[in-house]
Amino acid sequence: MSELLGTRGLCKSFGAVTAAADLSIDIRDREIHAVIGPNGAGKTTLLGLLSGELRPDAGRIRLLGRDVTELPVHARAKLGLGRTFQVSSLLPSFSVLENVAIGVQARCRASAGGLRNAATDPVLNGPARDILDRLEIGALAHRPAGALAHGERRLVELAMALAPRPKVLLLDEPLAGLSPAEAERVVSILAALRREAAILLVEHDMDAVFRLADRITVLVYGRAVASGTPKEIREDSAVRRAYLGDD
Amino acid sequence: MSRERAAVLDVILLSVQILNGIQLGILLFLVAAGLTLVFGILDVINLAHGALFMVGAYAGAVVAVASGSLALTILVAPAAALVVGVLLDRLVLRFLYDRGHLDQVLATFGLLLFLNEAVRVTFGSAARPFPVPELLDWSVSLPGGASYPAWRIAIIAVGLALALAMFLIIAGTRAGMLVRAASTNAGMLELLGIDIHRLLLGTFGIGAALAGFAGAMAGPIAAIQPGMGDHILILAFVVIVIGGTGSVQGALLGSLLVGLCDTLGRAFLTDGIRLLLPPAAANEIGPAIASMLMYLVMAVVLLVRPEGLLPARRPGR
Amino acid sequence: MTRGGADPLAGRPPVPWICLVLLGGTAIALVLLEAAEHPYYVKLLNRALILALAALALDLVVGVAGLVSLGHAAFLGVGAYTVGIMAEHGLTSGFLQWPVALVASAAVAAVIGWLSLRTRGAHFIMITLAFAQMLFFVAISLSRYGGDDGLTIWTRSEFGALVSLSDRLGLAWVSLGILTLAYLGLRRLERSRFGRVLRGARDNERRVATLGFAVERYRLAAFVLSGTLTGLAGVLLANLTEFVSPAYMSWQRSGELLAMVVLGGLGTLHGAILGAFAFVLLEEALSSLTTHWALLFGPLLVLVVLAGRGGLVGLLAGRWGPK
Repeated sequence: MSELLGTRGLCKSFGAVTAAADLSIDIRDREIHAVIGPNGAGKTTLLGLLSGELRPDAGRIRLLGRDVTELPVHARAKLGLGRTFQVSSLLPSFSVLENVAIGVQARCRASAGGLRNAATDPVLNGPARDILDRLEIGALAHRPAGALAHGERRLVELAMALAPRPKVLLLDEPLAGLSPAEAERVVSILAALRREAAILLVEHDMDAVFRLADRITVLVYGRAVASGTPKEIREDSAVRRAYLGDD
Repeated sequence: MSRERAAVLDVILLSVQILNGIQLGILLFLVAAGLTLVFGILDVINLAHGALFMVGAYAGAVVAVASGSLALTILVAPAAALVVGVLLDRLVLRFLYDRGHLDQVLATFGLLLFLNEAVRVTFGSAARPFPVPELLDWSVSLPGGASYPAWRIAIIAVGLALALAMFLIIAGTRAGMLVRAASTNAGMLELLGIDIHRLLLGTFGIGAALAGFAGAMAGPIAAIQPGMGDHILILAFVVIVIGGTGSVQGALLGSLLVGLCDTLGRAFLTDGIRLLLPPAAANEIGPAIASMLMYLVMAVVLLVRPEGLLPARRPGR
Repeated sequence: MTRGGADPLAGRPPVPWICLVLLGGTAIALVLLEAAEHPYYVKLLNRALILALAALALDLVVGVAGLVSLGHAAFLGVGAYTVGIMAEHGLTSGFLQWPVALVASAAVAAVIGWLSLRTRGAHFIMITLAFAQMLFFVAISLSRYGGDDGLTIWTRSEFGALVSLSDRLGLAWVSLGILTLAYLGLRRLERSRFGRVLRGARDNERRVATLGFAVERYRLAAFVLSGTLTGLAGVLLANLTEFVSPAYMSWQRSGELLAMVVLGGLGTLHGAILGAFAFVLLEEALSSLTTHWALLFGPLLVLVVLAGRGGLVGLLAGRWGPK
């Protein structure tokens, strides 16, 4: 039940807009913690603060026992934090395999591999193929990442984030725009994933959220108005009024 | 008795150099202001902007020699720069707005090479004379006995007036508000239905005219030759980095800083170093450091505030 | 961009034939020209080889890493002036001059790179330009070493019995050898993990950083390597012309280096070599037509940029490459 990633009193404002107000959230080992809330509630800002792209106005962030509030994005990633983006963020001129292989490369030491040709390196390509097969997109390996359909991009995005074997994964609407079949595939992958990495899941798909989440936090205007098990959240009247409507 | 005289002379020298520094800063500001706005709106880097300064100087020189009329000189110069600027935009620049910076740099570099050579072919390489128009061909007596040319004072006065006018327009009028908005988020303005290209052309035109005007004002005190706009352009870039992109206030602050640093540095640094080192070494190092001074200021700003001292507000972070 | 294929670099021959032709052809040409006693053209070819090295180094930063540096001529100057200044003080041994020049170039590149990489995009361009201009003016103010007029170098770098650079062909062979080694080395670097991070960051910096790569460090390393190689080119240039002046660091020279890289084909490495040769030959041809060759070159550059077909390499691929 140990905390892998946590924040205390996180605050962030953009001029007159408060995107995060005294947020204290944590993600525990082997859990899927979903964050839901209306648009503009500050969910993407939260992910930005956690990953290091944004600096908080106040508050601290702890990752795997370390205070990482001052650390830049790449340092937090090196410690074991992974992330996907709302809009798929791939390397368009590389192949799908290379995209994932770069992720695999990230977990190696910087000096490893020397001047060897990276594109044909089995140390990188082997694990990359494994991840692609696991997500059942092995057939896409040699397609240029810039030429994929939307659903395929979301899956490659996920594959890339998994490649460095992160201990904590921040997922920004991974199911957005997927067909029902694709969404189903991702849901089962995420369910199995929780054994390897704690997941902070930002999602709008309520079915998936209630199926997957061990805990749910509801964010409204940057403030956590409720937090608990799916059952508790479903029965919370304030949440129902603000967000879920009548269930 | 002689020590007092020396002290008075030093104060006079200092005030003259300060005035010179401000005047250089004002000229820089006129060139940098247009550049920073266009750059802030469309993120286009234009190496040929300095050539407009050169066009203004040459146009002013021709008119001043031909007519001796101040009014005509300060009307024709910016107009000539405006015409050349619009031509460049219509022929080449507008195709570069969607391209990356590398393409912009190379294409405008080609333009600049061409323009400098064209001027060399037309007017020759020798420095062209630009006599100060009669109306301002006198000097002001400063307290203490020194005299300062009225022309240089006019540069400062007119420049400050133009700066003030720009601030008022940008802060107070609708057009100014659009320019400010475009500097922070041009894409959003387009979505809102504002014709970005007309706005850009207008801003660009004003920037060109200002650069040409600055060229004409610099004419009598600078060497008018092909390539005279190149160094001013690079200084303008330094100003933009120090002051912050898209910001007219930043451009003014940066320009004055650069102008004063450079002028005072060249005038006093070697003497200052002579207090610490033997004259021979000081004479070697002094001018070298003086020429580096404003770039060192730029380096410090980069260290401490990479976005500039007074940047136009950008959303996020 | 990629024809339904894998890695953009895979499937390309180990060394593009055009490179073999160019470098091999140069070797043959050198022998022939020297035998036929055309020292002017030997010098011209040598100049092309040296500028090709500088363009190659620049392509690492601009083409591979995606950073537009408009101040690379500064490193040419640092390398050249090191040789000049040391020679002026009687230190003519190449074993001393060259390492010092390389260290100096690397140090200057480290400082300029570190400061400039704190910014992005157009700011980076302006700052590299400004720093090069700064060094240009510093050189002018060094009256002890010729200032504006420049400094004559009376003896080329001496390497004892190893090789004689005062022999015209000697310098040319050394230049060709260094260029070839640099090209092969940079090719390997581009395909290595290091190069992949650079190229990835050019595509999508945010994503690469999110995976855990300290992009700034990779870019700084590339910048320093590039600056050092350019400094080496400066050393060779000083030996070739037996002269060094602030003009070696002018912004026009920086612009010309960029033009070579783009004319040849950005990011392809061998394109830089091609572009440098094309530029030197073009400059030679145009200036024999008229002293005002910039009137022709300027618009030509504009047209090539606007056409945007990937430079000479793109042209060749279209005509002779696979469909």
